[in-house]
Amino acid sequence: MNIDLLIKMANEISAYFAAEKDTEQAAKDVAGHLRRYWEPRMRRQIITYYEERQGAGLSELAQRGVGLLAAAEPPAAPAPPA
Amino acid sequence: MFAIDYEDLGTPAPVEAGAAVTVEIDGEATTVPAGTSVMRAAALAGTQLPKLCATDTLKAFGSCRMCLVEIEGRKGYPASCTTTVVPGMKIRTHSDRLTALRRGVLDLYLSEHPLDPAGARCELQDVARTVGLAQTSYRRAAREPAPRDESNPYFTFDPEQCIVCSRCVRACDEVQGTFALTVQGRGLASKIAASQDQPFLESECVSCGACVEACPTTALMEKSVIRLGQPERAITTTCAYCGVGCTFEAEVRGAGAATEVVRMAPSRDGDANHGHACIKGRFAYGYATHPDRILKPMIRKTTREEWREVSWDEAIRYAASEMRRIQAKYGRDSVGGITSSRCTNEETFLVQKMVRVAFGNNNVDTCARVCHSPTGYGLKSTIGESAGTQAFTSVAKADVIMVVGANPTDGHPVFASQMKQRLRQGAKLIVVDPRAIGLVRSPHIAADVHLQLTPGTNVAVLNAIAHVIVTEGLTKDDYVAERCEPEAYQLWQELIAADRNSPEAMESVTGVPADLVRRAARLYAAGPNSAIYYGLGVTEHSQGSTAVMALANLAMATGNLGREGVGVNPLRGQNNVQGSCDMGSFPHEFSAYRHVSDPVVRGLFERAWGVTLQAEPGLRITNMFEAALDGTFRGMYVQGEDFVQSDPNTHHVTRAMESLECVILQDLFLNETAKFAHVFLPGSSFIEKDGTFTNAERRIGRVRKIMPPKAGYEDWQVTMLLSEALGFPMHYRHPSEIMEEIARLTPTFAGVTYEKLDRLGSIQWPCNDEAPEGTPTMHVHQFVRGKGKFCLTEYVPTSERSTSRFPLILTTGRVLTQYNVGAQTRRTDNVVWHPEDMLEIHPHDAEVRGICDGDWIGLMSRAGETVLRAKVTGRIAPGVVYTTFHFPETNANVVTTENSDWATNCPEYKVTAVEVVLVNQKDAWRQRTAEERALPKPARRRSRDPAPA
Ligand code: SF4
Ligand code: SF4
Ligand code: FES
Repeated sequence: MNIDLLIKMANEISAYFAAEKDTEQAAKDVAGHLRRYWEPRMRRQIITYYEERQGAGLSELAQRGVGLLAAAEPPAAPAPPA
Repeated sequence: MFAIDYEDLGTPAPVEAGAAVTVEIDGEATTVPAGTSVMRAAALAGTQLPKLCATDTLKAFGSCRMCLVEIEGRKGYPASCTTTVVPGMKIRTHSDRLTALRRGVLDLYLSEHPLDPAGARCELQDVARTVGLAQTSYRRAAREPAPRDESNPYFTFDPEQCIVCSRCVRACDEVQGTFALTVQGRGLASKIAASQDQPFLESECVSCGACVEACPTTALMEKSVIRLGQPERAITTTCAYCGVGCTFEAEVRGAGAATEVVRMAPSRDGDANHGHACIKGRFAYGYATHPDRILKPMIRKTTREEWREVSWDEAIRYAASEMRRIQAKYGRDSVGGITSSRCTNEETFLVQKMVRVAFGNNNVDTCARVCHSPTGYGLKSTIGESAGTQAFTSVAKADVIMVVGANPTDGHPVFASQMKQRLRQGAKLIVVDPRAIGLVRSPHIAADVHLQLTPGTNVAVLNAIAHVIVTEGLTKDDYVAERCEPEAYQLWQELIAADRNSPEAMESVTGVPADLVRRAARLYAAGPNSAIYYGLGVTEHSQGSTAVMALANLAMATGNLGREGVGVNPLRGQNNVQGSCDMGSFPHEFSAYRHVSDPVVRGLFERAWGVTLQAEPGLRITNMFEAALDGTFRGMYVQGEDFVQSDPNTHHVTRAMESLECVILQDLFLNETAKFAHVFLPGSSFIEKDGTFTNAERRIGRVRKIMPPKAGYEDWQVTMLLSEALGFPMHYRHPSEIMEEIARLTPTFAGVTYEKLDRLGSIQWPCNDEAPEGTPTMHVHQFVRGKGKFCLTEYVPTSERSTSRFPLILTTGRVLTQYNVGAQTRRTDNVVWHPEDMLEIHPHDAEVRGICDGDWIGLMSRAGETVLRAKVTGRIAPGVVYTTFHFPETNANVVTTENSDWATNCPEYKVTAVEVVLVNQKDAWRQRTAEERALPKPARRRSRDPAPA
């Protein structure tokens, strides 16, 4: 998918959770939101981008959130045909 | 005028039913609640008194003197409609003297009233029969008959048949609240006039039909009754338009495929509408039989080919084989499905089931994604349930009504009428909207405060309101302490109390004077019952979900949840938005908003459906478009949706759609999305199927089949055929069996059955063992989530801002007579009122661009451009323009962008930076070459056109 759009979305999600003073918690909330609402191929793509490009373009909180997500995600396996 | 006999008790039931009162009517004792009229008490005891000016939907008026009675110990002959029962009252309804008096009055009426057309029902003639008067003893004066008013496409007004009972006038005032009709002149010269004695069509009449329903004669009559004749029977069903979900009696003639709807009469027993309706549900049902309906399945290999009509069998086999081919080639997750808020609960449930079971993934989404998905997220996060908290009737107990980003008189007209009744009784009104919507100033109603904010700044305004409430000590701390999480409340208060959130600090952002915000905040906090009603002006923003949370926070902080008269209430656009969300149409949730990753819930569905289900969220509709452009999403099944017209950034959507290898579209018409479809499966309209809709107050109402489906199958049957062809047969014989499965798998629907719906008329979920007849008010003792949670709502400005290139902000909405993409209403006479989308622009912005009212203008954003006509009006603030999206010719969504709500990806329809230029030649402008499309210079003012006021 369009990585710029995913970056924009991740930044907007992080902008919401940035109101949380406990930054540890805020990063967990970002990762939790991505985990709960993003389809696996979107998560894989943002994680790959984050790892390959050191999160360029992602806000600081978004980077921390995606980082947590990357640490928790099982290794990507392609979806089998039906 | 009733075309079929319904019981009319003459006067409404008392508002607050008092203690039981026993009276004697013609020697028989009868007991009724205090406050009941003598006329109603008699009718309840089985005696219909003759009446002309009374009907049980209107307050008694006492003008015709037909309903006289004798009361022991009282002088004279009181009118039974305006006399209230008192204990021990002895009433006589029949005597020679009463008959003589009634005949005398009637004789005069008949002298002015010719015999009605044969067959038509007329209460005057019914009464004449009852009192035994065959004809008048007066000679009719020779005079020219007054001409009929045929201007309204749906009903006629024949002054010759009018007895000036004023029922129509009172219906327009009391029920609808439009005040379009008056009685002009006096005595025998008196007559009914619309507005300034104009034809109905040109008057302020909104064509709700309340006058027609109230008229006792054939003076006001539906043209369909004149054309088709009297109906033979009635079937109770639910309107297929907006989220009010009005109950109707569909009055029909004929049987089987030859059934014709003669009229749609709003049901007096309707729990949402109580006998009222609006122009759409009442009159605009002709689309169901429109010749544009596609009744044969069609297929084509590519969208460049012509459609080819095929048998159902071939169409279904082809569709299934294409889906399987695509999955074999691109993977299991390369296909998905879209459910529709215009379809029934049962149909929606089946589509999501088919996607999860037969496609084997969670790629299911619904059109609610683009309207109310933030409502689900925001309300679930704060109070624990993705639904409005009240019944509509709750508004009658509200002292302060705050309407945010909604236009109820146009979008939810029947509820607006109920709201206006309360406002006329003195409830205070706060409107938060960039536009001066109808409610801001209408007959006998004026908003106490109108916060005319810059589009995109809802959260800033709501935070500023909260700031005043918190810093001026207006919170209800006892309520919060008992019901909400204390730490979250503390954090929220700290955030909100920060100086940056004060009305003064926010003024430059929101454009709203700080003192107005302070007034609104104090009004809302003072209540004592304050109720919030909101619409898409809240949700369709980059901070849509945040704004919904901000509303819930306000209600919790001031103790305005959990009883009648208060609450947080989303006004749902389409009839089954609530239902389609409840039924598990979102890619991350099963029915009742339970996440797919929850193993207990998933296990429940796996056992019921006999398959292994995916634990990962699927693609949202916007993600599907992205994945399509990316090459990983290649096929979709769309039931009853037209997202090519309704979704934002049309160019982007069409590029995505062009890349799909198979689109299966199930619809009534070849809509804009059909241009990209490969299989067309004919849908069935709401009169051709059984099922249920759930309205904005969580009210489940029955949709009943009035005629067999024109194309052979009801929509749920088509989904079953497709599922079977995909190797997963379903075995429902009737939608009631689908509801049984929904009830088994959905805690909030556990007690819902068709038998109970038939018995009760409608049910508001949750309906279960604790609430076997449903739940009108939610969160009564505690919030559904346990403790309410104050979510943090920092204002984050949208990235869509006005620039020198696009200096204006476009916001969108709708009008009374049209509905959504207009596929239905454009195929009815409603186009008489709204034949095209117009762009509202402030006189100042128009003048500097040389634009006059009615001019063709080009509307451009960074996403695209379109042409439409200008409407110069002070309703809209300078710097803001407004349009509707009902017509594909305009396709306003060509200009809306990819921006969306941070939490749900609900598109930001309400904020697009645009420029507007005068266009001399509409078609030529559309055909300009690409290079010419660089921003044209504003055209010079034409000297012959005066500047608008
Ligand atoms: S039009 Fe009908 S309702 Fe209105 S005053 Fe005449 S008879 Fe009564
Ligand atoms: S208010 Fe809504 S549900 Fe009621 S008749 Fe009008 S469109 Fe139908
Ligand atoms: S019905 Fe009572 S006065 Fe008309």
